[in-house]
Amino acid sequence: MHFEYQIEGGNFTRAGFASSEIKKMMKQLNVDLGIIKRTVVATYEAEVNVVAHAYSGTIYVDFDEEKVVIKLVDEGPGIDDINQAMTEGYSTASSTVREMGFGAGMGLPNMKKNADDLQITSEVGKGTTVIITMFFAKSEQ
Amino acid sequence: MTVKQIVEILDAKVICGQDNLNHLLDIAFASDLMSDVLTLKDDNVLLITGLANMQTIRTAEMSDIHCIVFARNKKVSPEMEELARENNMVVLECRYSVFKTCGLLYQAGVSAIF
Repeated sequence: MHFEYQIEGGNFTRAGFASSEIKKMMKQLNVDLGIIKRTVVATYEAEVNVVAHAYSGTIYVDFDEEKVVIKLVDEGPGIDDINQAMTEGYSTASSTVREMGFGAGMGLPNMKKNADDLQITSEVGKGTTVIITMFFAKSEQ
Repeated sequence: MTVKQIVEILDAKVICGQDNLNHLLDIAFASDLMSDVLTLKDDNVLLITGLANMQTIRTAEMSDIHCIVFARNKKVSPEMEELARENNMVVLECRYSVFKTCGLLYQAGVSAIF
């Protein structure tokens, strides 16, 4: 199964729509509730990041029997130093983002904690791609 | 403790979720930072917050939180209410500060997560 969602940079009213749809699909597929929660928390953090930092983005969701792969591709400023961005507390978020309850430098570390596999690639001035992979078999987390 | 008891203790206004007032809640978390809420592993948590926007409801949805208290007299917008209804959440408005809200619930036996 393949699905795609568009994300609009700066549109906080809609941030979370795609994550919500993914959650509904996973519930229909009877995936373990703990795995659903880790998936949607990681995806939502990633979705908020696109809204907070990029101009636009697309989420590609691919389900197969054993896993879901969620790929978020954005057009935006990119991340200069991914290791630094992964550091808890490091943030470049605007005051608007902070007013929404985010921007404390916790998003990327929390995505890593929740995802079974997390891949981030970025090109400054072009954009960032985040790939979250979640397996449906119960993991230790 | 039931949501109904929480409503009484806080003298809160029920915005939506009237059908779920018998739902049981024993642990609570207070935060205006949604990033912190998203790190919680527990389910069935009562969220106490002074941050009233769409992302508060979205964060609750992703975190499997079914009951939110908006303290400090914060108001729930029609869009927030609609999204909360879609997710069968109980949403309460309370005129007390977050500190007082937490104090009253803690005194009544609601536990902290950590």
